[in-house]
Amino acid sequence: MTQQLDYLKETPSQTAGPYVHIGLAPGAAGFDIYRQELGWDIAGPNARGERIRVEGVVIDGMGSPIKDVMLETWQANSEGIYAHPEHTGDVEDGFRGWGRVITDFDTGEWGFDTVKPGPVKLPDGKVSAPHISLWIVARGINVGLQTRLYFEDETEANAADPVINLIEWEKRRQTLIARKTERDGKTVYRFEVKLQGPDETVFFDI
Amino acid sequence: MLKPGPFYQRDREWHPPAHTPNYKTSVSRSPQYSMISLENNVSEITGPTFGHNDIDPLDKDLIYNYAKSGESAIGERIILHGRVLDENAKPIPNTLVEIWQANAGGRYRHKKDTYLAPIDPNFGGCGRTLTDENGYYYFRTVKPGAYPWRNWVNNWRPAHIHMSIFGTAFCQRLITQCYFEGDPLIAKCPIVNTIPDPAAIELLVAKLDLNATIPLDTIAYKFDIVLRGRRSTLFENRPEGN
Ligand SMILES: [Fe+3]
Repeated sequence: MTQQLDYLKETPSQTAGPYVHIGLAPGAAGFDIYRQELGWDIAGPNARGERIRVEGVVIDGMGSPIKDVMLETWQANSEGIYAHPEHTGDVEDGFRGWGRVITDFDTGEWGFDTVKPGPVKLPDGKVSAPHISLWIVARGINVGLQTRLYFEDETEANAADPVINLIEWEKRRQTLIARKTERDGKTVYRFEVKLQGPDETVFFDI
Repeated sequence: MLKPGPFYQRDREWHPPAHTPNYKTSVSRSPQYSMISLENNVSEITGPTFGHNDIDPLDKDLIYNYAKSGESAIGERIILHGRVLDENAKPIPNTLVEIWQANAGGRYRHKKDTYLAPIDPNFGGCGRTLTDENGYYYFRTVKPGAYPWRNWVNNWRPAHIHMSIFGTAFCQRLITQCYFEGDPLIAKCPIVNTIPDPAAIELLVAKLDLNATIPLDTIAYKFDIVLRGRRSTLFENRPEGN
């Protein structure tokens, strides 16, 4: 008998298509069906730490904003703990660290409110700079794109971050840094994702 | 005891590539530079979890979850069921499965869909459920209609249900589409054909499952979903967790 590996193959990905909102954010598609939609409250009212807003746009190879894109966000709390059974430590009641973000259908602009995540201690003793993981799906994207958002005002932590330092081209590292601005006394980070071009955002095969 | 380790890498030759010119929209939405390969760490092996307080039991019944009382969605009544497994063939319990689809006429309930087929007033077109302790899930719905779309002049999407699955980790996140056995449009579809390997396409075709039908009521299709599997940490040279 020939030796066999008996792993299954992963189900292949297909594009989320233009109507992803029907399934994942039906309110945005124009109808009200569920008692509650998921992913609108990332940090919850009890979350400690600095309240921030993140805004941005995803731009295609023609330089146009993508108006039907959907993003999911995943982040630790302000102490660097993820709301997940495999991460030791407690998070605040109501802190999920996960969000769904959709665009304004006319402009392609998106934004979400959360708390700024803390640095995450890694098992090998290194420390990951504060960051938010992003997963981007849309019509024309065959497999969801993974990237990370880091913060402009974390210069030192960013310089020591093991993932940023994996990127050989220093110029490309800048594509992961959200720019800090202020509006009405509130901190707003701006993050533009570019799918193509000389300043194409770094995407990760995780 | 073996602690779970990193996930198996995604087989990028099995998934569709980003740039697939026959699916025109992908041309300007496909990154051109290589992705940076990242070994899974804390941010990747964790991910959102969901519970029964997040959803309602009726959410998985698309025939009734948007219908006026005493009415129901129009179309061929189907059960879509199967298991969510990982690449080690281990069931994934308690994971969120969300679906969305066109109605029996091929029309989506979406501001941006202007296809001339009518909206069914009793059909929303979305559902969600959690897998049980054996990784099993089921939905009741109507079979979606094929619909035309702008790609070449005359493209028709095969009947399909869009599916979103979480698993336990952010790196397992997956969106895909489920097609139906016997549909001649599958072989003609530029979106289906973004997948290079015919064996991979086969995994997206739900099988008619007569044993699971409800006689004189509802026909059934079986659709298993496989998410990335995970290595057990056999040696301590790569400690995981804290
Ligand atoms: Fe569709």
